[in-house]
Amino acid sequence: MATLELTIDEGVAAEPAKRGRRLGLLFWVAIGWMTFMIAVAIFAPVLPLPSPTDMDMLERRAPFSAEHWLGTDGLGRDELSRLIYGARISLVVGLCAPVIGLTIGGALGMLAGYFRGRFESAVVGSMDVLLAFPPLILAMAVTAYLGQSILNLTLILGFLGVPAFMRVARAATLTLARREFVIAAQALGATHARILLRELLPNVALPLLAFFLLAVAVTIVVEGALSFLGLGVPPPISSWGSMIGEGRESLEVAPRLAFLPAAAMFLTVLSFNLVGDTLRALTDPRQGAL
Amino acid sequence: MTERTLLSVEDVSVELPTPRGNLRAVDRVDLTVGAGRTLGVVGESGCGKTMLSRAILQLLPKKAKLSGRVMFDGQDLLQLSPERLRRLRGRSLAVVFQDPMTSLNPVLTIGTQLIETLQEHLELDEATAKKRSVELLAAVGIPAPEQRLVQYPHQLSGGMRQRVAIAIALSCEPKLLIADEPTTALDVTIQAQILDLLAREQRRRHMAMILITHDLGVVAGRTDEVAVMYAGRVVERAPTPALFKKMRMPYTEALLAALPRIDAAPHTPLPAISGRPPDPTRPLQGCSFSPRCRYAVARCHAEKPALTEAESREHQFACFHPIEIHAGAGA
Repeated sequence: MATLELTIDEGVAAEPAKRGRRLGLLFWVAIGWMTFMIAVAIFAPVLPLPSPTDMDMLERRAPFSAEHWLGTDGLGRDELSRLIYGARISLVVGLCAPVIGLTIGGALGMLAGYFRGRFESAVVGSMDVLLAFPPLILAMAVTAYLGQSILNLTLILGFLGVPAFMRVARAATLTLARREFVIAAQALGATHARILLRELLPNVALPLLAFFLLAVAVTIVVEGALSFLGLGVPPPISSWGSMIGEGRESLEVAPRLAFLPAAAMFLTVLSFNLVGDTLRALTDPRQGAL
Repeated sequence: MTERTLLSVEDVSVELPTPRGNLRAVDRVDLTVGAGRTLGVVGESGCGKTMLSRAILQLLPKKAKLSGRVMFDGQDLLQLSPERLRRLRGRSLAVVFQDPMTSLNPVLTIGTQLIETLQEHLELDEATAKKRSVELLAAVGIPAPEQRLVQYPHQLSGGMRQRVAIAIALSCEPKLLIADEPTTALDVTIQAQILDLLAREQRRRHMAMILITHDLGVVAGRTDEVAVMYAGRVVERAPTPALFKKMRMPYTEALLAALPRIDAAPHTPLPAISGRPPDPTRPLQGCSFSPRCRYAVARCHAEKPALTEAESREHQFACFHPIEIHAGAGA
């Protein structure tokens, strides 16, 4: 009989047990910090915090106390509350900007990698032009014209991320589009849209997601740099970058004003990097083996 | 021939541009397949078998140039609009590839791949499509088909994966199935099972099949007709029994001689065909097999032999010095 080789293995039913994969303590610590940061940022308005913009000129640069857990800044504003409200800005910009890059860059990259030809040359060429343009100058030029706002900042940073996402998506699509399952789908009469969305997208999504987390980390740093330079969010809104910038003025008297937001940014960026790297390591070898 | 012709490949050539010049992968090939019949296409690696199958499916690389006519079910596939071609492919044509590792989507479950194909083409609702999928998996000899639906390709063995690929190919009841070296990547013990499965389903569904392989042993008992390809050309074509009884082309003979024989004494050296196939970017003036042919004479190097008829209309070969007797002492 033709079914000699096929014995039913017992474990078939209880199969989806991929949790056993070792992710390591560091990964879970990083996930923990990320969730904590995101939760605190989301629930900032309902937390019992003093206003981040109320100034108390008598309590300037106050040290840690029961009233102000992390002291106050140069204008007597509560440092902890500014850190948490700053996290909102840093995280919103840091998460939204890569989403723009992910959607536009991912779509362009997949289309370029799948259809090839002139469209691909045009996309790759224009992305090269975008990459060659100094990002800081572009950011300065745009904020000078359109004004400083969170929306503008997010749009610029998202736009600057498009080429990188395009490259990741295109590279993944190029190798996948030659696999026989794509030709098999074509032979079965699948439309281009179907092949792109159902056959290729689930495969490309894994490397794109891993890259997304790294892009979040980079964007938080870049947002910090722009705010530090005074090109980010307009005052009195705080972001970690602008807090470091303000803290610089009192570095000798109260170094914590610069180091606390720097530490928050460092830990958050590190967490995103760690999680992104772990996910990439998980998805990469599997892609190669299949 | 009494049965209706389903596919006819007429004077088809495929040229691929390469940095070293145009590569003629398929060179003026004529073939026909009747409805419900099986054609074996045999030849060594790089002789244009796969390109021929892609030409039939109209799935050649974009830069490839195709000339000739591919008539399928009364329609010229080269003249069809992309949309009509797509519909025709889904309904009437299907392929099974060599490597089941790459012919299934690694990140979708078996069930998703089968059910979606069924829903797409037969416009079934989810429950019916699921039921059909289970039936199909059972038909291709997969035990516990319902449990397989939630599994991913990497959880199955190579033979199982090939069965799934066949199930997907059969799902839309194609009129023509192209099996492109369906057993090359598989274990020898599984090969026969897969080939028998293909033959059984082919008879049961009365579909035509093109079985592409480099192994003459594979086509021997399982095809109605065999075409032997060499360097992009069909060099011999005959009904299977006729070919094995009386082959005329020295290349076919050499291919057959290269098969290991079960009745040979242990440690008998296997005769190999010496040399390599000609460089397809530099076509030879004469017969492309002449540099490796042990019967070749001056005329073979200077002139290309055309496909000519032997005793019957069905048996054709392209050689100036056909083998006269079986296992032949040549001309």
